[in-house]
Amino acid sequence: MIPSSFEYFAPTTVAEAVSLLQKYGDDAKILAGGHSLLPAMKLRLSNFGALIDINKIHELRGIHVDGNISIGAMTTYHAIESSDALKATCAILPEAVSLVGDIQVRNRGTLGGSLAHADPAADPPAVMLALDAHVHVTGPGGNRTIAIGDFFTDMLTTSLQPGEIITSITLNPLGAGEGAAYSKFPHPASRYAIVGAAAYVKLEGGKVSACRIGITGAGPKAERQASAEAALIGTDGSAEAIAKAAEHAGENMDVLSDIHAGEDYRRAMIKVYTRRALTAAVERAR
Amino acid sequence: MTAITVTVNGKQHHSEVEPRTLLVHYLREHLNLTGTHIGCDTSQCGACVVHVNGESVKSCTMLAVQADGANVTTIEGLAHNGQLHPVQEGFWEKHGLQCGYCTTGFIMAAADLLQKNPHPTDDEIRHGMEGNLCRCTGYENIVRAIRYASEKMAAK
Amino acid sequence: MTAETTLKPRMVGQAIKRREDPQLITGRGNYVDDIKLTGMTHAAILRSPYAHANIKSIDTSKAAAHPGVVAVFTGADMLDINPLPYAWQAAGVPNNANGPRALAHEAVHFVGEGVAVVIAEDRYIARDALDLIEVDYEPLDVVVDAEEATQPGAVQLHENAPNNIVFEWQCGDKAKADDAMAKADMIVKERIINQRLIPTPMETRGCIGHYNGGTDEYTLWMTSQAPHVHKLVLAAFVMGIPEHKIRCIAPNVGGAFGAKIFMYSDYPLVLWASKRIGRPVKYMEDRSENYKQTTHGRDHITDVELGVMKDGKVVGMRVHTYANMGAYLSTASGGIPTTLYGRIITGVYDIPAAHCLVKGVYTNTAMVDAYRGAGRPEASYMIERMMDRAAVELNMDPADIRRKNFIQPDQFPYHNAVGLLPYDSGNYEPALDRALEMAGYANFRQQQAEARKQGKYLGLGISSYVEICGVAPTAWVMSEGWGAGLWESANVKVQLTGKVTVFTGTMPHGQGVETTFAQIVADELGVGYDDVDIKYGDTANTPMGYGTYGSRSLVVGGSAMKKSLDKIKEKAKRIAAHLLEANPADMEFADGKAFVKGSPDRAKTIAEIAAAAAVGANLPPGEEPFLDATSYYDPPNCTFPFGTHICIVEVDPDTGRVDLKRYIAVDDCGPQINPLIVEGQIHGGIAQGLAQAMYERAVYDENGQLISGTLMDYAIPTAAMVPHIETDYTVTPSPANPLGVKGAGEAGTIASAQAVMNAVIDALAPFGVKHMQMPATPENVWKTIHSK
Repeated sequence: MIPSSFEYFAPTTVAEAVSLLQKYGDDAKILAGGHSLLPAMKLRLSNFGALIDINKIHELRGIHVDGNISIGAMTTYHAIESSDALKATCAILPEAVSLVGDIQVRNRGTLGGSLAHADPAADPPAVMLALDAHVHVTGPGGNRTIAIGDFFTDMLTTSLQPGEIITSITLNPLGAGEGAAYSKFPHPASRYAIVGAAAYVKLEGGKVSACRIGITGAGPKAERQASAEAALIGTDGSAEAIAKAAEHAGENMDVLSDIHAGEDYRRAMIKVYTRRALTAAVERAR
Repeated sequence: MTAITVTVNGKQHHSEVEPRTLLVHYLREHLNLTGTHIGCDTSQCGACVVHVNGESVKSCTMLAVQADGANVTTIEGLAHNGQLHPVQEGFWEKHGLQCGYCTTGFIMAAADLLQKNPHPTDDEIRHGMEGNLCRCTGYENIVRAIRYASEKMAAK
Repeated sequence: MTAETTLKPRMVGQAIKRREDPQLITGRGNYVDDIKLTGMTHAAILRSPYAHANIKSIDTSKAAAHPGVVAVFTGADMLDINPLPYAWQAAGVPNNANGPRALAHEAVHFVGEGVAVVIAEDRYIARDALDLIEVDYEPLDVVVDAEEATQPGAVQLHENAPNNIVFEWQCGDKAKADDAMAKADMIVKERIINQRLIPTPMETRGCIGHYNGGTDEYTLWMTSQAPHVHKLVLAAFVMGIPEHKIRCIAPNVGGAFGAKIFMYSDYPLVLWASKRIGRPVKYMEDRSENYKQTTHGRDHITDVELGVMKDGKVVGMRVHTYANMGAYLSTASGGIPTTLYGRIITGVYDIPAAHCLVKGVYTNTAMVDAYRGAGRPEASYMIERMMDRAAVELNMDPADIRRKNFIQPDQFPYHNAVGLLPYDSGNYEPALDRALEMAGYANFRQQQAEARKQGKYLGLGISSYVEICGVAPTAWVMSEGWGAGLWESANVKVQLTGKVTVFTGTMPHGQGVETTFAQIVADELGVGYDDVDIKYGDTANTPMGYGTYGSRSLVVGGSAMKKSLDKIKEKAKRIAAHLLEANPADMEFADGKAFVKGSPDRAKTIAEIAAAAAVGANLPPGEEPFLDATSYYDPPNCTFPFGTHICIVEVDPDTGRVDLKRYIAVDDCGPQINPLIVEGQIHGGIAQGLAQAMYERAVYDENGQLISGTLMDYAIPTAAMVPHIETDYTVTPSPANPLGVKGAGEAGTIASAQAVMNAVIDALAPFGVKHMQMPATPENVWKTIHSK
């Protein structure tokens, strides 16, 4: 219940944060919303010398929708779930985020923090994969953009380089013929996803012209479902087509097993929740 | 040690704290505001909910140094001039508490819920209170208490 | 006191809001961790990461040298503290008992057992110093399952317990049961697992020990349901100090559910350490520590057989249970799977022949002891599951098989086949009928059939239960192995100004006893409700009592108070007669006045009498001053509340998710002092039983690590996971106490798990499912469907 000692820094600019990260290297941790990090620190599962609190960097907060959607890394879940602009342009995101934890977690927890932590059971990664998001980062070498497909590399591991921090996430608004939905099976105690399926579908001329599915909770990292996506593309998006495509979900995927859901069950649920997310996404696209 | 200035229940405090000091320990141990409780290690139970700049947070999952410059309201500061907050009144009227340990966190969380959604359905109350655990009441009377507060606030 | 107050409506039976609440809703409660004493230090305990190991060495030197550390102690330092005693052993059979020490010495037997303590200036420093202690362990083999622990080749925990058996206890008549089974038309068998649960009061356990060197007195502030019991046991058995030199104080207690009845290692530890360092010592568990070291509940593996005739009549029952006791024998643990389980396995049914064999077993896990319901939920779950199981085999309606076997109203007092005290009173069918009516049972089966055609799986589960409350009769509990009395006490004082103070030996911690007791006093003495104060929790000013558990506060403690009130009224009549120059034999007491029979104007109010009694200048010859009476009540019997609960669920066969659609509870706890409080107790009890059916389970891996070790993994239900609860009542008074009350604290928990499971299994009937184990998690349900 009590963290180890550390030095505390509260930079007010990204540049300042990056230089602190450079200075302390592996001995530094970034504090965003803190709802993954602080419990780990209290249980002494995470110990380090320097804590860099980026909550005072105001440039990292905010939602901007103008042709493109840009969300500051330190934007809270609550800001996202209550954003009318996002509800109008990308309803899946506020909906999915409203399923994260509880009100208090969403008042503090941030989108960037979730992505950087890369918890295999967090909700946002699946949604980001389905929406083909881009992650903008700043580091000692300047700014760069990482396609979300290249971002999650393993359990709790991303392609962020030492000294880099996420500054924003960009997405394309959903237009006519496009639909996306998130379907979640929550853990009864932690409310993280045991399986979470995010689906994006584009219909053109009555046929599915594009499809992206992100699965979280089931494996060591959130993953796209290439064969299920391929199976749906070109179909009419009917219930039968969706059911057939969803049968491919989880293929070639490492799947976790724990006291709440063994591997067989998780594999089955990947299919069920993929089907449910696809069904809702197609309905919205029509 | 880090110097912080925190306004708690309208009163400004200048304190020196270790950076690792949790906000809940700062409130309880440094300021003797023991109405905010601790029930878990992992941010599940919500016994420690307070308001920071008007929003409910779990004070066990925030550092005191992060509250530097902030306005904090704890259960001790919720009633005004001896007048109970409608949520406090609701918990009393509807037998929304038994042992009372989780209650202060529930009241603070419910006050935030009603601020965000003044007219919640029972289902919205149940989902809105997912960040708080009560082991005594089975929640039925907590739902009634929050509904009471919602109606009372609407009548004002 | 004016005459008007006697005209007020009776307080008893009113759903008034609680007087406990104003302080609690404003953050002005006073729980143990809220208390600060001058010079207070903080203890942190180093806990074993191994479930079974020898301790080869402990090096505390670095921790002791850490700035801010006051002292570091190990088990070797405190061998003068005796192992914790086992106050309730299985009766009439040998108990191979072993109690834990204040800190482990030479060996550890479960993960979380304390091996060293750091005492420091603050809790942060104490925690830091734990990381500086070096312990060299020699890990040993581990066993966590009670049945496996009894098998040949299993690792042995304690030398005095071959095959890890603590006791083998039985009740009922084996020959008669065997004979009945042989003659039955059909035997229905099942293995029923009642999984291990973690009580999880929202306040963890903790304590502050303070030794006063000047007076040689110890004071212990503690999270206790039974401070007098803690005081007695600490003095007489654990620390060997005179009883008058120790005082236990339980301030506000944040929930307990059984887990705060027992003796724990940290209580003597902080007292001992306070004496050693000359300063107060506080210890509060983290939730993770609470999960590892505070007692758990349930954990039975049971093979049960029911002998049934074709018409649904149950003629015999045989039960064999492995009860996991954990690594040591906890304070009351011997009585839970024996007296409070074995002796009520036949439930609400008139089953003429039954036998129950229970093996209490050591394993490398936390100790198991009473958790809300304590033995009765296990029994009730088993018999109610089996009645449904038999109904399925006989193709009989589950309501009908229950009616067929209910103990009938004219059979009370009823003696069951497994040697329990006689059931005091009961009338089971009206509660069943009312619950069925509320559930719309007449139409349900048709709705269920139609829903199934549309691929929707509805299920309805019935649970008719009886339980044992007001656990007390001293001669009985002592014959059942409990090592003390279980009477209860109350002192009532009517002060000079007419205000009333009651000191009770019970220890409420959420039950609203301050309110209900004050309601009774207001009516009995005819004083204002607000003029009554109820005190408890401090052994220095309350009479010796056994505390709050077993739904006994009102039944036994309230009855003790009633006795004192009667004594007060008698004395008031004598004094009033003297003041009125009347014959004491002609006096009556009613509506707050003692008056001459037939002349109600010749009266003295209780306030006038109290003042006269307190001043003492004009008393009858030989009468002592003051209206002050202490009573001890030892009831002739327990009480046996009952009722029927019904749950309706819908199961999603794709995912296995269970939707709790309705929950209906019809309970009979006798007359109600405060219906608001009764309903709250029922709600809370239901949530805990329902949580066992749906969500909760403590899981140890094969190495004895508690996998469900935090609230991230152990699923306490939130508001969204518990349904709306519909309640109603029948009222059958108990003849076993002067208030006629039966107790309501545990009923909900004892009734609910099987209502839910019977509903889930009913929903799964089209898949050929006849039984599944708790909890009905989505995965468990899904696998049950898919294994068919």
